[in-house]
This record gives sequence, C-alpha cells and structure tokens, in this order.
Amino acid sequence: METAIEADGLVKVYPNGVKALDGLSFSVMPGTIFGLLGPNGAGKSTTVKILTTLAKQDEGGATVAGIDVAKDPDRVRRTIGVVAQGSGVDVQATGRENLRLQGHVYGMRGRALEERVEELLERFGLADAADRITRGYSGGMQRRLDIAMALIHDPQVLFLDEPTTGLDPEVRADMWSEISRLAGEEGKTVLLTTHYLEEADQLAAQLAIVDRGSVVAHGTPEELKAELRGDAIEVDLALGVGELNGSVQAALQRVDGIREVVVDGRVLRARADDGGRALPSVLHALETSGIEVASVRVARPSLDDVYLRYTGRTFGAAEAEASTPEEQS
Amino acid sequence: MTLIRQTGYMTVRHLRELLRQPWFVAVTLVQPVIWLLLFGALFKRIVEIPGFHAHSYIGFLAPGVVVMTALFNSAWSGMALIDDLNRGVTARFLVTPVRREALIAGRIIKESVVVVIQSLIIVALALIDGATFPGGVGGVLVLVAMSALVGATFASLSNGFALIMRQQDALVGAVQFIVLPLTFLSTTFLAANLMPGWIRHVADFNPVNWAVVAGRSATSASADWGLVASRAGFLAVLLAACLAFATQAFKAYQRSV
Repeated sequence: METAIEADGLVKVYPNGVKALDGLSFSVMPGTIFGLLGPNGAGKSTTVKILTTLAKQDEGGATVAGIDVAKDPDRVRRTIGVVAQGSGVDVQATGRENLRLQGHVYGMRGRALEERVEELLERFGLADAADRITRGYSGGMQRRLDIAMALIHDPQVLFLDEPTTGLDPEVRADMWSEISRLAGEEGKTVLLTTHYLEEADQLAAQLAIVDRGSVVAHGTPEELKAELRGDAIEVDLALGVGELNGSVQAALQRVDGIREVVVDGRVLRARADDGGRALPSVLHALETSGIEVASVRVARPSLDDVYLRYTGRTFGAAEAEASTPEEQS
Repeated sequence: MTLIRQTGYMTVRHLRELLRQPWFVAVTLVQPVIWLLLFGALFKRIVEIPGFHAHSYIGFLAPGVVVMTALFNSAWSGMALIDDLNRGVTARFLVTPVRREALIAGRIIKESVVVVIQSLIIVALALIDGATFPGGVGGVLVLVAMSALVGATFASLSNGFALIMRQQDALVGAVQFIVLPLTFLSTTFLAANLMPGWIRHVADFNPVNWAVVAGRSATSASADWGLVASRAGFLAVLLAACLAFATQAFKAYQRSV
C-alpha cells in the first residue's frame, strides 16, 4: 500500500544556524493516526511545517498523498488540513465568518459551503457561539474551531501540531475522542505531534520518538514499551549526583538484575525484570555506599521510560532544555 | 479569476474589522484636523509672501493634508499583518491554496477605502474652513485618487517590511524614519519656489510630492493635466513595484518559519 506521508532524511537549518532537523525519516500508512512524540524543540513543528508546505527542507524529500511537497506545494495544499501549534483563528471575526473564509480559500461557495459550515459548527459544539466574535471564545472553543476550519474541505490528510497543548484535562479528553473518530470513521490519515506521552499512547497507532531533529525510535506504543523488558525503579536521592561522583553507578553495578542505571539530578532511574524483588538489594547497595535515599517508586514501563532509554534523558529534562526557534515562531 | 475572488474575500475580511470599530477612522482624523485647522490658522498670512501664488493658505494646505493623511495611515498597515503573523493567521492561509497576491491585495484595497473616506472628510472640513477648490468636483476626485495611490503604495511597502521585520517595534522605527521626511521634503506646507533649492530637487523624486502637486493642480482653477497624468503614472509604476515587493516578502517570511 502507498504511504500517506513519507519523510525521507529531512534536514533543516534555520538562518540563525540552529539545526532543527538532522535526517528525520518516517512513513505513515493511510487511515491511521501517527504520532510524533518529542519534547519542545525536538523538531516536530519544523517537520509539520515542511510537510504542510509552509517551510522548505534543506535536504531530503517528503511526499504527502504521493505528492512531492517541495515540487508541487499547491496540490499538497488542496489535499491537507492543518491545525498549527497555537491557534490560527482570526479573533476579530465570528466563528462562522472564520469557517466561511476558510471554505472560500478552497474555492467552496454558496449553499454547499453554508451547509458544510453549519455541519461543522454543530459537530464541534460551536453552533450557539457561531455568531460571536472569537476573541471571547475559551481556549477549548478556539481549538475546536481550529480543527473545524482544518476540516472544511474534507481533507484526506490532517496535520495536528500539538492540538491539546494548554487545554484543560476534560477538554483534552473530548479532543482525543474527536481525533480518534477522524481516523476511525472518516478514514483520514492523521499526523499528530505531541509532547504529552499519554496522548501519544492513547491516540497513535504508530509512533516515532523525535529527539534533536531525528527519529530515535518507532513502532506501536506497545512495541516500544515491550522493548524495555522490565519495570522502572526510581529513587529520589537526598544529595545531587554532582556530590556523589559516580559512586551510585558503582554501587548498583554489583546488584543482580539491575540495568540501564541513569542519574538525572537527584533522581536515579534503573530497570529490573522484577522491580519489587530487586528493590531491597538496590536500597541495601545504596545504603552500604553511604548514599542517603529520600523515597522510592517502582512502575510498569511507560513511554517516558522509552524516551529515557533512547535519548538518555527524561522527557521533563529535555523539555527544560533551551528551545529552538520553531517554538518562537 | 480565482485571484480576484480571493482578493474580494480578503478585502471583506479587513473591511468587516473596520466596520466593527467605526471610531477608528474618526480617531485617525484627529492629527490631520490639527494640521489643517491649527497649522492652517497659524500660517494663514504666509500666502502674503511674494511668490507664494495662492489665494488662501487653507486652500493651498488642504490637498497636502489629504495626501499626508493617506501616507500617515497607510504606512501603519503592516502592523495588522504582524498581528496576523503572531496569531498564526497568516501561516494558516499560507498552507491553503490561497494566492499570496490576494493576501496583500485585500489589505491594500481596505487601506485605499479608508484613505478615500478620510480624504473626503478632510476636503469637507477644508471647505467649511473657507477653502475653495476651483477645479470643482472632478478636481477633488483626482486629488482623492492621488491620495488613494499614495495610500496603496505605502501600505504595500509597509506590508512588505512587516513580512521581513516581523516585529512591530522594528516596523514603528522604519515608518517613523520614512514618513516625516517624506512629508517635509515636499510642497505639502510651502510653495516650491519658496523652498531651498536642494529640497526642491529632492521633492521632485518624492512620491508624496507627486501626489500633492498633482492633487493641487487638479483642484486649482487652471489644472495642468499633463503634470497630473505624469505624476499619476509615476505613482502607478511605484505602486506596482511595491506590490511586487510585498508579495515577494512572503518568501522571506517563509524562510524564517
């Protein structure tokens, strides 16, 4: 089967010298939700900008619905719907006016357009607010309008760049069911970028983890988690690692069944086939090395652990790192 | 055909914003009214200087203030585009099949409409203040058309700068750098033969002065239509160049995203 989206070795360097993409590749099958997971600044938005013809790659190639994005951007534009990071709603116009203008630019007119506008307003719960200026909309309403606008011309392929960032948990859950429906009932291909691990876990059939401009792992969320083989052990230390000089690693190397020891600030993470069973030995080893422990957790593998495994950093630490220009634009 | 239709949709969008804040046009008239009425009163007797060749200063000043108002308001046109850039509205349009020319043209036409309304208001105020326009209605319409040309030209330039600078602070600096010199290096306030020679030569190349000279001639008792036509032609060529610049500036913006 032909892929709906194909990115092949994308490289993008911004004029200020920041390398946002460094050979990023992935492919998406039609009718599925594909998640690009990564912290802010990993290159997700840049990828979306290239695939949606807003930006041009410096190297590599990409196709959407079989069309080359660099060679034939206008045909790509007719095929796709885009919900960008942050809202693209005209806040001085009403919801209906926003939808109508969006339809107009795709050449829709007259009754067909009015009916489509009405249908989308109903579907996204905006019918009552349709004739109000969108400046007064809540964040969730603006986001729903963004998605409705992206759908006006019934696109084959939909790009959602961090669609639920900044939304309340309840609104986020509603958004998730709406996104699932787009791929499920309507058969659309959805490319979703997110820095929420649970969102990727919940929605994406296939997932690519992006770090520093390239894909470091891909598969289904289950496959990625299964590769980890074992439980995560997290130990909060009383002192930071700087003061410990690597003695933590040394202490734990002696414990059976413990692997992938990483210390991140005051948190020590390790992996064990059976976390509960390994825990007493871990604590004992730390105690004999004179390392004071504040608290301990054992958890089943999560996507956060997957991320840690492939990048050597936790998701939170990566998020805290300096962001690239894509987050400012 | 698609381009015309899309331009129409974009124009409607911008005019609707204007209709939702009708006081905006009134507020932007405060400054020109001060120029026209206070400056006009202060320098009332300037026409008595030998060689000024005008019956009343208010009648001389009014075409200048009309063009100046067009310049002052349209030069800020890019500010609204920067709002759109910051709010993601422009990026949303750029990933649709909409033509870039339509995105610019919609704004230019809206600015031109504002300029026409303002120009007519200023002409009316000048008439109340005692100015006469011997060139009649036709002459006034030519003046208004000239000010619309200036408005469209500088609105294009402003939108082009907006796409390249992408920051309102930077655009404010650029506009202030351009607008006042263009006004003072023209015959807006003073007859050409009373100006220092170097300013007179600079003014010959000043598009603001082209419009002032043409508008003033058209509204006078003995219009020099050759002069009017040539200045209108210069402005039209400049407008075309500025429109092309603004449309090309989308490429600079897209390289930055």
